[in-house]
Amino acid sequence: MKNNFTKEHLLYLRGQRVHKILVHTARIGVLVLLLGLWELAAQLNWIDSFITSCPSRIWKKFIELVAAGTLWHHMGVSTYETLAGFAIGTVLGYCIAVVLWWNVFFKETFEPYLVVLNSLPKIALGPIIIIWAGTGKASIITMAVLISVVITAITILNGFVATDKEKALLLRSMGANRFQIFTKLVAPANVPTLMATLKINVGMAWIGSIMGEYLVSKEGLGYLLVYGSQVFQLDLVMTCTVVLCALAGLMYGAVALLEKIVVKRF
Amino acid sequence: MKVLELKNVSKVFYSKTQETQAVSNLNFDVNEGEFVAIIGPSGCGKTTVLSLISKLIQPTSGEVKLYGGSNVGYMLQRDQLFEWRNIERNVQLGLEIQRKLTEENKRYVENLLKKYGLWEFRKHYPAELSGGMRQRAALIRTLATNPDLLLLDEPFSALDFQTRLDVCDDVYAIIRSEKKTALLVTHDISEAISLADRIVVLTERPATVKAIHEPRLNHIAQPLKRRESPDFSKQFELLHKYLHGETQ
Ligand SMILES: Nc1ncnc2c1ncn2[C@@H]1O[C@H](COP(=O)(O)OP(=O)(O)O)[C@@H](O)[C@H]1O
Ligand SMILES: [Mg+2]
Repeated sequence: MKNNFTKEHLLYLRGQRVHKILVHTARIGVLVLLLGLWELAAQLNWIDSFITSCPSRIWKKFIELVAAGTLWHHMGVSTYETLAGFAIGTVLGYCIAVVLWWNVFFKETFEPYLVVLNSLPKIALGPIIIIWAGTGKASIITMAVLISVVITAITILNGFVATDKEKALLLRSMGANRFQIFTKLVAPANVPTLMATLKINVGMAWIGSIMGEYLVSKEGLGYLLVYGSQVFQLDLVMTCTVVLCALAGLMYGAVALLEKIVVKRF
Repeated sequence: MKVLELKNVSKVFYSKTQETQAVSNLNFDVNEGEFVAIIGPSGCGKTTVLSLISKLIQPTSGEVKLYGGSNVGYMLQRDQLFEWRNIERNVQLGLEIQRKLTEENKRYVENLLKKYGLWEFRKHYPAELSGGMRQRAALIRTLATNPDLLLLDEPFSALDFQTRLDVCDDVYAIIRSEKKTALLVTHDISEAISLADRIVVLTERPATVKAIHEPRLNHIAQPLKRRESPDFSKQFELLHKYLHGETQ
């Protein structure tokens, strides 16, 4: 295969590779530059690192937290809540979409409720959730579920409804029932929709769990953030933020990888 | 022997603002082994007729009678292959739906794939096939359930002109060698003349039978060759007149 390429083709491929390397370098460069400037500004006292913190202090704090073992614990708690909210929200949203697709009467009845729920800021339900689900993990997971479930149901339902009508007609002419139309056509045709929803839900679930932790918790990265700001430890706040970025990025990366594997054909 | 008979079939569609009479008092029949073409202007109700025959919709009045088994195979305008299934799994779709995916039927489909040059492509996905091959795959999918009557809704209209002629020959040869009864819908006069034993000419909407015409070109085996016959242009003129209302 390799030697079948013409000289021009190889040249083109090299151009592409060079471009890719340049972009990656630039990305890392921007990060290094920003961190360097921040550090420099702090060292030269252009800014007050007590309220802005700086990369070296964040790193020190990070090592300190890791050594004490507390960071792993808080990371674990938040990740668990997020994953639970993510999984429950996605599955529940998918099921709601299936039911509403199945029955047009249900769809027409419940669609306006979905639209209203979707525009409602879910944090407004915080107090109710606390009263009903207590001040533990259940509340936080509920929050993560609430934030992801509505948008999941709406997005997936739209995908279901937009499925090629002609293909459904073909199946009906073969004698297919509604269940078969779902399993043979609507579900597989909407695997890309599902994948797109999973990507959205990574963000939604993190918003839910961190907001939940702001409201009630005694542990987790959200709690650590609030605690840090209350005792005015900007190093702690910044460290948590960075760790949170890394975790969310990692989870998004995992979903993107899954999508790449699954979506080849769809 | 009759396979299909339409008796005074009418169909009215209702919507919020209007009612549309798509088919009015339609009468015709199809005999076993026959290749019948329905021809009519765009929007006159041809697709509606096929939907009525395949029982996807019910007539407002009149009767659609299928004799023998009522197993009808419907080939839609575009091939409608499922992109996420390979060719083999695509052509087995009807058998899956009808829960008839037995070893025997699988072998039947395998045979069709071998006979009609898709065997090497059975593990390929639709996106990797040419338009003509996709259409052939769609036909094999329709044949897989061994229908007594094939319904074809403008099966070549999505193809470019040159491919259309080839695929037309191809599809015709397959239908004839499988000894199937076929009812093809088209708005293309040449296509109807070159393919059909009998042509049902429909009026503007609401569709009703305007004339029934027999091209009598059966002595020529291939549709493409029929187009070259001296009779062809005469027939074309005649059908053109029928279609555009100068003769009653
Ligand atoms: N499901 C439907 N509801 C309402 N009107 C329809 C429906 N299907 C077809 N029609 C109308 O019936 C007429 C005939 O349509 P169709 O059978 O698709 O024509 P053709 O296939 O000959 O182009 C058109 O005016 C179309 O708008
Ligand atoms: Mg049509």
